[in-house]
Amino acid sequence: MVTEEQPAAPTQVVKVDAAPGNRTSIAGEIAQRRVAARTAGRSPEPAAVRAQVTDLDFWYGSYQALRKINLSVLANRVTALIGPSGCGKSTFLRCFNRMHDLYPHHRYGGAIVLHPEGVNIVGPHVDPIEVRMRISMVFQKPNPFPKSIFENVAYGLRVRGENRRRILADRVEQALRAAALWEETKDRLHEPAFALSGGQQQRLCIARALATDPEIILFDEPTSALDPIATARVEELIDSLRHRVTIIIVTHNMQQAARVSDFTAFMYLGELVEYGPTDKMFTTPGKKLTEDYLTGRFG
Amino acid sequence: MSDLKATIARHKRRDRLFAALGTAAICLAMLTLMALLIDLAMDGLTRINGQFLTSFPSRKPEQAGILSAWVGTLMVMVVTIVSAIPLGVAAGIYLEEYARKNWLTTLIEINTANLAGVPSIIWGLMALGLLVYGLKLGHSVATAGLTLGLLVLPIVIMSTRESIRAIPSSIREASYACGATRLQTVVHHIIPYSLGGILTGSIIALSRAIGETAPLVTIGALTYIAFLPDSPLRNPTGWLWSDFTVMPIQMFNWVSRPDRRFHENAAAAGLVLMVMSLGMNALAIVLRYRLRRRIKW
Repeated sequence: MVTEEQPAAPTQVVKVDAAPGNRTSIAGEIAQRRVAARTAGRSPEPAAVRAQVTDLDFWYGSYQALRKINLSVLANRVTALIGPSGCGKSTFLRCFNRMHDLYPHHRYGGAIVLHPEGVNIVGPHVDPIEVRMRISMVFQKPNPFPKSIFENVAYGLRVRGENRRRILADRVEQALRAAALWEETKDRLHEPAFALSGGQQQRLCIARALATDPEIILFDEPTSALDPIATARVEELIDSLRHRVTIIIVTHNMQQAARVSDFTAFMYLGELVEYGPTDKMFTTPGKKLTEDYLTGRFG
Repeated sequence: MSDLKATIARHKRRDRLFAALGTAAICLAMLTLMALLIDLAMDGLTRINGQFLTSFPSRKPEQAGILSAWVGTLMVMVVTIVSAIPLGVAAGIYLEEYARKNWLTTLIEINTANLAGVPSIIWGLMALGLLVYGLKLGHSVATAGLTLGLLVLPIVIMSTRESIRAIPSSIREASYACGATRLQTVVHHIIPYSLGGILTGSIIALSRAIGETAPLVTIGALTYIAFLPDSPLRNPTGWLWSDFTVMPIQMFNWVSRPDRRFHENAAAAGLVLMVMSLGMNALAIVLRYRLRRRIKW
């Protein structure tokens, strides 16, 4: 048993319940500590299902990138998608806002049903524009438009036809506050977005994604191009959005998944290997493959 | 150790040799251009004055001028700009943002590149058959402008496509992820961010068109025009159907005369043409610089 390799954090109340022979990962430790810290505060109310993924397949041309994925994304929770490179986690994420529709030779199978109204967002009769208006996305590299800070955040509202200045100004401020960027930018809203640092640009992209009150926000490795300090700020930001908006985050970094997510899905070769609460996943993974990945034996 | 030093020394010598060759090449190009300008200026500079710019051609060299030539060039360029640029930019945007990538678009792409290399006299022959006789536009400004418009269309299309391709796909994805339609993405992002490249390409295309002679001779530009069309204020479209001459044709006419004083006129006209062409290129550089300054990827 190696559970006491590191001194336990003072807040730790959950005992490690590792199976015999398990090597506990650092990420497992982090997950436990975080859960412990959170259960010390208020415990979140039970969550409803926001999106139900059923037998989702996806093909690039004749290559099948996703195979029969089944999982439930819970409302106002953070769901992390982890797995080695090429396992299909980004492909899966980009099904949620129909990003694949921008490129030829894609094909969806199965369903992602958005609750409560029960519409299948990968269905052939659903307009991808409508899906993207309801589910916004933050990309791997910060990709602000070469416009002002204000116009970047306002863009989602502008494409919805909102041009009233008062409303735009209010919503931009709200979004920048939610993205913890307001104090840094309130005096320079009309400067170009490229004047911001990389970490600020990524928070600007998060503000852009928040400004339209999305039902789900997708994060595709949002910190992989950022330095550790900027990464920490983005993670804090995701943490502050917890219980306010449904988040799905793809990450390469298992510690990050442990730190920010409530649920973790481990994918391998286009299949969902295991899905469950993050603390359980990192301490007592149900499958050998998951355990091997989490403890760094491959990937 | 000494081997290593010798290797580095050898590589550095090669480095210097290459830098020297490059400098020589650029100097040669600049010197040629300077020699050309100085030669034209020595022959023609004395002829450039108000009289030269405001007189019609004449049998007497000292009374001759380039009024009909530069007005003709201006009118033809207006038709070229109006016909080639909207069409070329729209075609470029369609091919990059709308058309599916398949064998047909590949074929169109190859053909566009080939058309840019077609000798201008061929365009002249095509215009003679299609525009002058087929569409009965006559030997007019409209015919000349459309001919040059067709001539530079492939250049405009290609430079539009190039500058659109320079926009990273992450920007496109960001726009679509906000729920933008294709038209919104094109109008809000693609056109503004590629405008610098599009304008530069268009101006370079026009500075090619301004010096073209062969296709205009083919469609029947006149070498002696001693009148201007009615003012567009009085007759808005009359100028389109008027006979015309252009700067390079006027030059060619003067060069082919035996009297040396006409050669001075030709040099002076050449100088004006060079200034027009270099001025357009300078404008392209300024525009590109100003429009690119706001954008870094």
